[in-house]
Amino acid sequence: MFKNMLSSALFAGFAAGLIAAVLQIYFLVPVLLEAELYETGQLTHFGGEGFVPNTIPLEHDWARNGMTMLSTIAIYIGFAMLVVAGIAYADSRGIAPQVKTGLLWGLAGFAAIQLLPSLGLPPELPGMIAAEVTARQIWWAGTVICTLVAIGSFAFTNDWRFWVGGVLILMLPHLIGAPHPEVFGGTVPPELAAQFVGLSLGVGAISWAILGLFSAAFWISESRD
Amino acid sequence: MTTKTHALAKSESALVPVMGLILLGAAILFTAGFAQAEMLHDSAHDVRHSIGFACH
Repeated sequence: MFKNMLSSALFAGFAAGLIAAVLQIYFLVPVLLEAELYETGQLTHFGGEGFVPNTIPLEHDWARNGMTMLSTIAIYIGFAMLVVAGIAYADSRGIAPQVKTGLLWGLAGFAAIQLLPSLGLPPELPGMIAAEVTARQIWWAGTVICTLVAIGSFAFTNDWRFWVGGVLILMLPHLIGAPHPEVFGGTVPPELAAQFVGLSLGVGAISWAILGLFSAAFWISESRD
Repeated sequence: MTTKTHALAKSESALVPVMGLILLGAAILFTAGFAQAEMLHDSAHDVRHSIGFACH
């Protein structure tokens, strides 16, 4: 069983990671590059110089993009291992996998790892001010776990008391509140930061949907040979 | 009933490989997503930002 799960996760993670990396490099990297011009002070969006349009071309660094591609594939293989483990365990409990239910698994992963954590800690650009990194990582991990438990209670129980419990667990980290900086004053224009958040969540949702579909499809083909 | 017993027995034996894969996945995510070593941080910098992992 482990061998089938591992090969499904490797195939699904590689394929989805490749697509996610292309989407990231096309949509998100240019925004990161522009933010870095503000982070390093080559551009400023307030203060003495006034408002000047950016005339510095945003050129892709293909060595850097190559590293982004490799690390994106590694991360998506990690995500795929979690998704395939879930699909395979449900399968062993008599919930037969279907390619189309893979979509739900993928979107559940997106909700737990990106969407719900972004309510408190939206994806950041370089040069933004944020609270201390350890506090943010703890809140992030807590939110991921609470969201997974909640989604599990909605998906796999038929008792309304578990659903109510799920809603409460889902809300808990947001009632506690994410760590935020005490003062604001990042170098990045808010327009660029807003663009980045929208793109990050959109690209994430699409990539996770693809990952879920691939995970279910590969698990079905690997486990039923 | 027989089917249910069968499914339960199967789910118990599934637990070990399932947990193994979850641990392996979590280790990969920690290394690529959060580890602070400079080489890892720099190569994964853009994807960490894109996914919204807090790495610095």
